[in-house]
Amino acid sequence: MSEKKNSFTEKRSTRRNFIKNSGLTLGGLVLGGAVTSLFVKNNNNATTTTPTEESAHGGAVTQYNHALMFFKPAEYQTTAAAVERIYPEDENGPGAKELGAAIYIDHQLAGQWGNNVKDYRLGAFYKPADNQSPQTVLLRKDLFRAGLEALDEYSKQNYDAVFTGLEPEQQDEVLTAFSEGNVTLYGDTSSAEFFSLLRTMTIEGVYADPMYGGNNEMKGWAMRKYPGTRMQYVNEIQSDEFIELKPEGLSSHMS
Amino acid sequence: MATKLEKVPVVVIGMGWAGGIVSAELTKAGINVVGLERGKDRTTADYTMVHDELRYQHRTELMQDLSKETITYRNTMEGKALPMRYYGTFIVGDGVGGAGTHWNGQTYRFLPYDFEIRSKTVERYGEGKIPDWMTLQDWGITYDEMEPYYDKFEKMAGISGEEVPELWGPRKNPYPTGPLVKTPLMKTFEKAAKSLGYKPFVIPAANLSENYTNPDGISRGACQYCAYCENFGCEYGAKGDPAVTVIPVAKQTGKLDLRTHANVLEITSSGGKATGVIYVDMLTGERFEQPADVVVVASYVFNNTRLLLNSNLGTPYNPKTGKGTIGKNYCYQVTGGTTQLFFEDRQFNLYGGAGALGIEIAEWMGDNFDHSDVNFIHGAGIRSTQYGDRPIAVNRVPKGTPNWGAEFKKQSIKYANANFPVKTQGASMPHRENYLDLDPEFKDAWGYPLLRMTYEYTDNDREMVKFMAQKTREIGEKIGADIIETAEEQGNFSVNKDTNTHNTGGVIMGVDRETSALNTYLQMWEVENVFVVGASAFPHNSCFNPTGTLGALSYRAAEGIQQYIKNGGGLLV
Repeated sequence: MSEKKNSFTEKRSTRRNFIKNSGLTLGGLVLGGAVTSLFVKNNNNATTTTPTEESAHGGAVTQYNHALMFFKPAEYQTTAAAVERIYPEDENGPGAKELGAAIYIDHQLAGQWGNNVKDYRLGAFYKPADNQSPQTVLLRKDLFRAGLEALDEYSKQNYDAVFTGLEPEQQDEVLTAFSEGNVTLYGDTSSAEFFSLLRTMTIEGVYADPMYGGNNEMKGWAMRKYPGTRMQYVNEIQSDEFIELKPEGLSSHMS
Repeated sequence: MATKLEKVPVVVIGMGWAGGIVSAELTKAGINVVGLERGKDRTTADYTMVHDELRYQHRTELMQDLSKETITYRNTMEGKALPMRYYGTFIVGDGVGGAGTHWNGQTYRFLPYDFEIRSKTVERYGEGKIPDWMTLQDWGITYDEMEPYYDKFEKMAGISGEEVPELWGPRKNPYPTGPLVKTPLMKTFEKAAKSLGYKPFVIPAANLSENYTNPDGISRGACQYCAYCENFGCEYGAKGDPAVTVIPVAKQTGKLDLRTHANVLEITSSGGKATGVIYVDMLTGERFEQPADVVVVASYVFNNTRLLLNSNLGTPYNPKTGKGTIGKNYCYQVTGGTTQLFFEDRQFNLYGGAGALGIEIAEWMGDNFDHSDVNFIHGAGIRSTQYGDRPIAVNRVPKGTPNWGAEFKKQSIKYANANFPVKTQGASMPHRENYLDLDPEFKDAWGYPLLRMTYEYTDNDREMVKFMAQKTREIGEKIGADIIETAEEQGNFSVNKDTNTHNTGGVIMGVDRETSALNTYLQMWEVENVFVVGASAFPHNSCFNPTGTLGALSYRAAEGIQQYIKNGGGLLV
């Protein structure tokens, strides 16, 4: 790949800097109110994750949100092993395990996503025809837990060990069987539904903003040269050269 | 029991583009309007943390809460419809601004051909060109009559674009702002298209190319290409959105009584006229009856149709007899036939973009080419866009790559900034058996039947996609890439896999009450004090994003409502 690496923008492109520098005329009836609100200091950010700046300077950082809301420790270990097979460490950089995808999944399953709060849950659940919307009776948190249990059960039956005790190649075989719907989970649910959720949540855990517990130190973004949540790309978008920018997370908009 | 409120001149259901435009125009004319919006109020201040792909796109922050209401769906009339339990292809907006908040901003005019599609098709190819199943209808209005309304919408929203006189209907005025920037990706498409003899144009955009003050005195800043448009609100107000344009204007008159969290359950009627609406406060569950002289139904396509059916207004469409109109001519957007390009030694700054940033050709749109030797009518735009590729949503990999594991990771990272598709956006022709009605089994949170969609791609769509796939391939090969992959056929419709929210029809406009629900002021033939505004009025969907035409029709409806009030009643046409 012939790519020109421009020097990283030293100064973080916070909203304050951006607005100061852009010379934007911010008229309009609504916009004015919005911009002032960006400057309100909010000290109540206890759940935010990984203070990147500090860790970059070598200081020991406690990740206070790196704890379990939903999983039992063994379930967490199984999840960490599974996400690593979905998105493994390689020459590009860390895998989903190091990126914290299992913590991300734990926190998501404990919250409204895991409890299908915004989904339609009324009426009977029939078997869908091809192309119809999935009709999964289990809540995501229950589907995931049933899937983890089945991973161990299937591993024991076929390899005499729980999932975390298998070689990576064996784990891939197990996950392939699950992805193809070859295993039946609790309540006659197809393993393909669990696998699809696992796959989706792994990718989310790798690439969602680090405030959610994954994408540790924005290394998921850095691997694909994604700059995160910057305010503008007016120059970059017109450039014939690829411009690599240091990623920034949503926490940069708190200052 | 509903608390009965004092009667008002006009009640508007839904505060997106349709409801916002109607409210602004009526209140500016001195008419008092009650605006009912089931979601929350929103301004740009809501978007301090908007660059959050997970929350806004994948957790559908700005969309309707499906736990309260969804649609059911089946591919054919023989099947049993099942509920869409979570979002897949459709993202149905909620809150002040509606879908006009989370849209991409691509703002086209439909072609002159579209408005007289049946007459013009017959004129050029004969009756035999239109298959029996195709319930193709003229709109009852011509492009020339629509022109001033398009102009009004474009000036209000500050549409950025470049004039391309050939192949389009004539414009009286240029776009209010110039086109968005041309990126290297767009220039790559442009060069290839030009060498094939096409005349590419930059897609018209509601993402402002420059700072702009509209005729209502609303000033907005230029787009910064931050790449968070579709699914997101714009923190700059650079994207045209009712919440930063028409709604503040309506509020400023002091004549808009905007009530949020107000979900309309039913339109009440007596003696062939609507008498008002019943709505529920989404936060408290309290019910209200709001009497009104005029009821404007301006929610989303699905809910516009459902509200009329649940309120027994108009005659439901029967696909077996072809009689009735409410639910008729549901159409979608056909986007098959993509050619995907992967590059080994070229990278683009794909993290940047805008919702309407892109380049396109018009040669295969509408009736811009001779259809004598093809088995379809209408056509598609062929285009490459740069919305900004967000990392959870966009992981394009060459065919044959597994969708997980070592190979997936390697390839998705390798091509993250080194790929783009040449896409199509095709028209959707109506089919007698593609329609909307009430589901016989599934209900919303208040016990009202859900809307049932019966839809499958038609033979016209499938033939068109095969044709367009060759055209995208040709452009892709001219561009030149290391891997070129073309999806040659249109698959079956899937409510969780397809790619857009361009739903149209269900409460269509037209020339007479036998074949359409509305006249060209979007006034119901059967219930004269009800106006149903939105893309639900389109008798078919053209090869464009629907908002420009929806906006233009909203201005026309607003004019009609004023005339109706002035006349003291009666049909306007």
